[in-house]
Amino acid sequence: MTGLPTISGDRGLDHEEQPIFELGRAGVSGVDLPDMKVGDSRLAGQRRRAPVGLPGLSEPEVVRHYVRLSRMNYAIDAGLYPLGSCTMKHNPRLNEKLARLPGFADLHPLAPQSAAQGALALIAELMRWLTTLTGMPAVAMSPKAGAHGELCGILTIRAALIARGEKRTHVLVPESAHGTNPATAAFAGFQVEEVKATADGRVDMDSLKSKLGPDTAAFMLTNPNTCGLFERDMLEIADLVHKVGAYFYCDGANFNAIAGRVRPGDLGIDAMHINLHKTFSTPHGGGGPGAGPVVLSERLAPFAPLPLLVHDASGFRLIEDRGAVPAGAQPFGRMCAFHGQMGMFVRALAYMLSHGRDGVRQASEDAVLSANYVLASLKDVMSAPFEGPCMHEALFDDHFLHDTGVSTLDVAKALIDEGYHPMTVYFPLVVHGAMLIEPTESESKESLDRFIHVLKTLAGEVKAGRRERFEGAPRLAPRRRLDETAASRKPVLRWTPKELPKAAE
Amino acid sequence: MRYLPLTPTDRAAMLTKIGARDIDALFRDVPKAAVVPLSNFDLPDHQGELEVERALEKLAKRNIAAGAGPSFCGAGAYRHHVPAAVDHLIQRSEFLTSYTPYQPEIAQGTLQYLFEFQTQVALLTGMEVANASLYDGSTATAEAVLMAQRLTKRSKAVLSGGLHPHYAETVETLANLSGHVVRAPVVPGKVADLISLIDEDTACVVVQSPDVFGMIRDLKPVAEAAHAKGALLIAVVTEIVALGLIEPPGAQGADIVAAEGQSIGNGLNFGGPYVGLFATREKFLRQMPGRLSGETVDAEGRRGYVLTLSTREQHIRREKATSNICTNSGLCALAFTIHLSLLGEEGFARLARINHAKASALADQLAKVKGVSLVTPSFFNEFTLRLPKPAAEVVERLAAKGILAGVPASRLLPHDAAARDLLIVAATETNTDDDADAFVKALTEVLQ
Repeated sequence: MTGLPTISGDRGLDHEEQPIFELGRAGVSGVDLPDMKVGDSRLAGQRRRAPVGLPGLSEPEVVRHYVRLSRMNYAIDAGLYPLGSCTMKHNPRLNEKLARLPGFADLHPLAPQSAAQGALALIAELMRWLTTLTGMPAVAMSPKAGAHGELCGILTIRAALIARGEKRTHVLVPESAHGTNPATAAFAGFQVEEVKATADGRVDMDSLKSKLGPDTAAFMLTNPNTCGLFERDMLEIADLVHKVGAYFYCDGANFNAIAGRVRPGDLGIDAMHINLHKTFSTPHGGGGPGAGPVVLSERLAPFAPLPLLVHDASGFRLIEDRGAVPAGAQPFGRMCAFHGQMGMFVRALAYMLSHGRDGVRQASEDAVLSANYVLASLKDVMSAPFEGPCMHEALFDDHFLHDTGVSTLDVAKALIDEGYHPMTVYFPLVVHGAMLIEPTESESKESLDRFIHVLKTLAGEVKAGRRERFEGAPRLAPRRRLDETAASRKPVLRWTPKELPKAAE
Repeated sequence: MRYLPLTPTDRAAMLTKIGARDIDALFRDVPKAAVVPLSNFDLPDHQGELEVERALEKLAKRNIAAGAGPSFCGAGAYRHHVPAAVDHLIQRSEFLTSYTPYQPEIAQGTLQYLFEFQTQVALLTGMEVANASLYDGSTATAEAVLMAQRLTKRSKAVLSGGLHPHYAETVETLANLSGHVVRAPVVPGKVADLISLIDEDTACVVVQSPDVFGMIRDLKPVAEAAHAKGALLIAVVTEIVALGLIEPPGAQGADIVAAEGQSIGNGLNFGGPYVGLFATREKFLRQMPGRLSGETVDAEGRRGYVLTLSTREQHIRREKATSNICTNSGLCALAFTIHLSLLGEEGFARLARINHAKASALADQLAKVKGVSLVTPSFFNEFTLRLPKPAAEVVERLAAKGILAGVPASRLLPHDAAARDLLIVAATETNTDDDADAFVKALTEVLQ
């Protein structure tokens, strides 16, 4: 950090904070609990012999520790967060309030179903929204995140193939796919084959045709794709995939570009997961929890995992047992304990009801408009590999950095000094030095203009050969660039007492 | 539309800059067949906060919250008191509305708490390393089995009959893809023979302690038998508070620990989101799934943290990754780590003792009700009773009296005739003596 060294090591509002294991002392607790004695008679000889090793801190110390840590984080509430493919949109606080209603937050998952009718009704209503918006007949609610939803979708396809008596071995994914797609397919026991991209950033139909065959179980495609483009040939792709007897899986990570305007069900899709934390505004929480319900076509619906939700004369009912499923249902198994991410369901439904169908559509349109505005404003000073219009993300490559000594990473780190979270960098892999900007619908025009101005100016500096802002950036963040190589060469993954507390840095 | 800052004037100016006639022009790549007028969506239009609150409050009121009366449900999800500071802190914008810490210079807050969380999980379980969390206990268990299959290059997973049936089903769904799963018989309140099921093809043995009926298991004999055949022991814990009073799995020979962390810091939430804890031995690190925060230094030599060993993960390794997981349960892990920090060594141990004391007293009271017997000789804060009637029926009748009496074993084991009369009962620090008395009285009435 530049500037005057301080005595404390802290700098104004920027505080350093030691690991919690270097704070506290024995015999202190931030929770007042009575000291009850218990005997050993019911512990099967398994009473704990050694202490855990946790530090003791009072409540104010604990609060201060986490408040100080929080202040080292960037957040969407604090500024534009243009992280392409991740959709950092505003997280309404109403959602948080409603998810905390005791009827949802304090409801036991195995409470008698008669005591959970409101929760089941809420899940049913969310299912209605998801199936209506996607134009798909069914939805599996239990997957706990996007990648878990992908897995659910691929396992549903696997079960459908088994029911058809077919053993298909290959799943096709475009080279631009999210890493989760090939990982999921491999996880489910399939061999992964890559389909090439065209020069305009879409599926190469000739490559797809040459890979499709009797061994193909599914084609997994993100649409809008990871280059931020709509796959124009969706209907033909669906047709080709179905003609060889395979299923069409859509990665719904980018559904937020088209919700309320386009129904994936009309595009021939058989399964698509929906990241509730992207399209429907549940908070990202520093990396989770998410929720990844999967909408399913008529042909796949019977194979959806347990539990199933039905409505009959006695009200809503969860079917948790394979032996009790309705005629025709052949669930492939269970994705997790209980019934999915209820806390996220409440938030997503609160968002849907707030926005309504008109607001969901407007949000998609604004997201697409904002991305195109960024693309149009910057394509002359940065370099855009593909012709617009784009969908909700504007993709740039590092062509404009060629021979300047400045890399995509340097631009990202310089943005940090300007008070922005960087865009997604080096993804998708099909573009050299990719910078993927997703402004979302949550930014005002003034905010977008300011961001464009900063990037434009940075691009101008690069062009003028002024590298100072880039070299060694960031300078103004809580940390300078961190040594990731050292971290992975000799991993330190937990605090150990050997490492004595340093004096104030 | 309160969440959308753009005005019609802004939109028009932006379209002009783009050179598009209207918004439809930006969607020109969408096939016509898939463009739908708004009226085709049979859904309501936008509403104000007040209307949305009313709609969801109405649904919330149709549920019986655990805190609305005496409640004794457990079986993998437990009601504990969460200090007010926890929910306040996790709602700070910088935690709630940040992304995965891929830009470490502006995500040290998240990275440091994950590093501390990993340390706490390793300490609690008695293991050497822990990851930054998985979705929940059940998926963590499934990941543990897959990891054991990779490590041993063997296919068979032996599951104890005391493993939560939802966990067993989750494991079966995944582990049968790459191998096969053998479930040992369910014998509530007894130690069934697992050791004879371990053979040269066994990758792992999965044992839950306390088990789904609440019974505490000695893992050492199973660990020894597994290791003798070159198999791994996976220990599962669904009530992590138990480790404040009983021996951690790491001290009993476990190779991998998969646990549910919901009890610390997190509410019941009708089953999710929860937080999966995952710990193992250092030598197995490279096969461990999930994110890891590691300590390093920055360009000025200051201590800092980064996501590390990501060459195991899907965004780098794609189809060769150890798992397809692309998330952790970040905010739930934060709630866990804050609550545990508040408790500290002394508070955590006290909490565990209170739970055991409450459950012991309740078990004694209930076992005196005519026709009722205690099935589990040992337990932490959860035990199983045999009733003279089908437990599901009794639970419904008690629910009508405002008492959530526990989880009937038949809900989890619908085809097991022996489970029909068994009731799984949990007691925590949240249950008062009055709750216990009301339960005993109501049960006595219902059984008459």
